[in-house]
Amino acid sequence: MKLNTNSNSYIIIYSAILVVIVAFLLAFVYQALKPMQDANVALDVKKQILYSLNIRDLDGAAAEAKYAEVVKNVGTSGDMKVYECVVDGESVKVVSLKGMGLWGGISGYLAIHGEETPTVYGAYFNHESETAGLGAEIKDSQAWQEKFIGKKIYGDDGNIALSVVKKVDDPTTQVDCVTGATLTSNGVNDMIKECLKHVNGHVGSFTDEVDTVYVDDTINSEEE
Amino acid sequence: MALFSKQNKEVFTNPLNLDHPILGQVLGICSALAVTSQLKPAIVMGLAVTVITAFANVIISIIRNTIPNRIRIVVQLVVVAALVTIVSQILKAFAYDVSVQLSVYVGLIITNCILMGRLEAFAMQNKPWPSFLDGVGNGLGYAMILVIVGAVRELLGRGSLLGFQIIPDACYDFGYVNNGMMTMPAMALILVGCVIWVHRAYFYKEK
Repeated sequence: MKLNTNSNSYIIIYSAILVVIVAFLLAFVYQALKPMQDANVALDVKKQILYSLNIRDLDGAAAEAKYAEVVKNVGTSGDMKVYECVVDGESVKVVSLKGMGLWGGISGYLAIHGEETPTVYGAYFNHESETAGLGAEIKDSQAWQEKFIGKKIYGDDGNIALSVVKKVDDPTTQVDCVTGATLTSNGVNDMIKECLKHVNGHVGSFTDEVDTVYVDDTINSEEE
Repeated sequence: MALFSKQNKEVFTNPLNLDHPILGQVLGICSALAVTSQLKPAIVMGLAVTVITAFANVIISIIRNTIPNRIRIVVQLVVVAALVTIVSQILKAFAYDVSVQLSVYVGLIITNCILMGRLEAFAMQNKPWPSFLDGVGNGLGYAMILVIVGAVRELLGRGSLLGFQIIPDACYDFGYVNNGMMTMPAMALILVGCVIWVHRAYFYKEK
């Protein structure tokens, strides 16, 4: 029997069957690979946290092990997370950041140490779709991320002073922005300002106590 | 018909030589510029396109007689989109860092003109086996250019190949500086232009 492949009913049935087959196939593949993909994403987060602690050369199982060794406790408040870490015997807190870049979301991790005058221990930034070579430098340029190291979080007036600016007036708290990527740099600046707001003067304890699972005394007693 | 008859061999080797998809037909340029700043994503992208072209060609060739003529482009797109999504999921599961580097360009294989071009021009008229060879040939032709451009850009732009440092530290001590221009997409265009120039100079003379 020769089918009339140009009749309307044939076209409708043909496309319906094709789409159903493809849908089942894709659903199956997605389900089968989901656990592995989730594991990769989780590992990627751990690696980014290690990057912010200036541990940049580990991969796979080594990163997994180092993360377990370094990170002691995780506190959450809504989307925000604070990871309490001990690196080389020193207590460091890593704050997760989320903000808006030029084209899409940006995120990052800011490691902070020092009880009296909190200063930046290290930083790592990530982005979804910033311009390669310009805005993307916030992720690709290790040198730029390292500019944050040693900057103080708070100014003399007690307000958050850590910022990304075009012209550095105060080298103790300000970081030069990425050349040619003013809008992305502003995004990083706003992200830091906005996210550190949730962290009060004593870095690592949230002003919003409701969701906080973090207990401040534990980390201090470990130090002593 | 023998598997490797003269005709089939030509189907396979033509896209690698005279009828090259990028150099001869100038298809698929955009992704060739975007993913070649380093060698590793270039190789993965080349392989992904080869696999997808080959299998899309085979599938379309098998069902070519049942496809209603009026919606043939839609059917081709559905097949390609399904294959691309599967490859993208596999990359996320097994080569996460590469999939992050390739970002949107894996998804954009769907719109790669090489695929649609081969499906429409070859798979719709030919049997599965020659279609498979045609797909592999075109995919490899595409991959070849990605690898050449990727290698040059990574070597000159970063001083490394596949992430391993090639240019010794001593050169940097003498004042050698990596060419940052090479990591920009514009240089890929110029490099592809140079390759096309060499390719045409060679093959047109032969003709």
